[in-house]
Amino acid sequence: MKQKNRTMSVFLFIFFVIVAIITLLPLALLAVSSLRPGSDLMRYGLNFSIDWSTASLNEYKLLFSGANNYFTWYKNSLIVTIVQVALALFLSSCVGYGLAMYDFKGKGLIFGCVLLVMMVPTEVILLPLYRLINRMHLINNMWGIILPYLVVPMLVFFFRQYLMGIPKDFLDAARVDGCTEYGIFFRIMIPLMKPSFAAMGIYQGMSSWNNFLWPMIVTNSITKITLPVGLQSLLSPYGNNYDILIAGSCFAIIPILILFAMFQRYFIEGMTAGGVKG
Amino acid sequence: MKKKSFFKKLLYSQKVAPYVFVAPFVITFAVFFAYSIVSMIIMSFQKVAGANSTFVGLENYRVLTNSIFIKSLKNSIFYTIVSCALMIPIPLVLAAMLNSKPMKAKATFRSILFIPALTSVVVAGVVFRMMFGELEGSFMNQVIGVFGKDPIIWLRTPATVWLVLYFVCLWRWTGVNMMYYLSGLQQIPQDLYESASIDGASKWQAFWNITVPLLKPTIVYVLTISIFGGMAMFSESYMLFNGNKSPNNVATTLVGFLYRMAFEQNNLGIGSAIGVTFLAIVLVVNVLQLALNGTFSRKER
Repeated sequence: MKQKNRTMSVFLFIFFVIVAIITLLPLALLAVSSLRPGSDLMRYGLNFSIDWSTASLNEYKLLFSGANNYFTWYKNSLIVTIVQVALALFLSSCVGYGLAMYDFKGKGLIFGCVLLVMMVPTEVILLPLYRLINRMHLINNMWGIILPYLVVPMLVFFFRQYLMGIPKDFLDAARVDGCTEYGIFFRIMIPLMKPSFAAMGIYQGMSSWNNFLWPMIVTNSITKITLPVGLQSLLSPYGNNYDILIAGSCFAIIPILILFAMFQRYFIEGMTAGGVKG
Repeated sequence: MKKKSFFKKLLYSQKVAPYVFVAPFVITFAVFFAYSIVSMIIMSFQKVAGANSTFVGLENYRVLTNSIFIKSLKNSIFYTIVSCALMIPIPLVLAAMLNSKPMKAKATFRSILFIPALTSVVVAGVVFRMMFGELEGSFMNQVIGVFGKDPIIWLRTPATVWLVLYFVCLWRWTGVNMMYYLSGLQQIPQDLYESASIDGASKWQAFWNITVPLLKPTIVYVLTISIFGGMAMFSESYMLFNGNKSPNNVATTLVGFLYRMAFEQNNLGIGSAIGVTFLAIVLVVNVLQLALNGTFSRKER
């Protein structure tokens, strides 16, 4: 039995090593290619062959030289991501809290609407939403990107789920002690919700940082676009931008990778605690 | 207490507080969602030219018989079905294997498999577009070269285009779905497996008779997000072809066609008609799905 478990363990381990290599392969290709001149990629294609005598960090030097808009886009994306994550976490947790902890008229209807928005892909309302943002004069404005996603239904659902696990007696005890309704939320609930904030922070950070379609629609000025939209604009058929494109793509993954590495323990815990239950 | 104004007291009362908490959702729902849906439905019956719009009845809905629309709808449905067939069982089996007792270094592999999800569709698109490039030296052409095959122009024929799209989908989402399954697996009591193995059940039997039925809520959830992700697919195809322009519309999806009509050709009426159709499809799929599975929220309420 022990012996059998051992071979099983070795087999599983080798299997997952292979899966991991396949998973990381495209990113490794990207990283290796970022050391080659862009013209090389154009001529020979994206592959692992690298001539170490011509390999250099020139692409990254070019990226940091400031002779392009890369860091303007980077800054735009950082600001949009930070503001959006902060607002979405705060507002969605309020809504989730209201739905989980109180009984009030219209609660079922409101929760139904949360589920409805969750189920309808935003792509459905792309056009009317764009017209609305246009009429609000928010084209090429950070708020045009952020406003429609202030309250994220997925987050509301998750926070509600998470809070349902907390006994309501907590609230009554706090009320007896003279805490106001909002005091309970800010002083008692928010600290209790920390793991779920970490999980949803990563989730929302990922989707804001990587969001492509909506920012592409509401921004078009070269200095207002976000990083994914900017990178996409470098993909010209002539390949003259490949230097920045490849190095820039590598460098774009870094902040989110750091965030994930720092909080991944909470991410997984939080997902488990608030995740889908029967 | 008496000094507090009436409004302040009202605001702080236990009756009003919940409405304050849910207000942000109600406001954004009304302004962005409900308004958008209503204006889209109205626009779908109009011909919009500048500031003037005239009602034209069902004229805009004639687009539904357009052959490219039908093709893009077929593409979306086909993509959704195949991606569900891939994205539900594969991550499930991986999660079960990763969660099994003899497995070592679980956390490391779980994180590695999740990494692709951290990249944007743009970065994924750039890499896959070039990996499956048409040059002899493009990575995938080198790979098939090892088996003595000539280089292929991957992004031209339907079969290989779709193959690449499924690769992108598998690469980006396997780790995410696996994470959902892993969190579901944590909630299955371990002693169920122990008593099953005492009763002489094989690993495979335990998987089919314990894991799968008890994971049903998670499976339903993964199915739901896979369906809506599949129906809404657009950015992947946009990135692979560097624009909304696959040869012969091989990979034009429903959203791709909507984007073309609404934003590239600036035809608001037809764009809206497609949007309304899309909404109707989503709602029908939803009702069907809820009827088949029972909602994952209802049980809990």
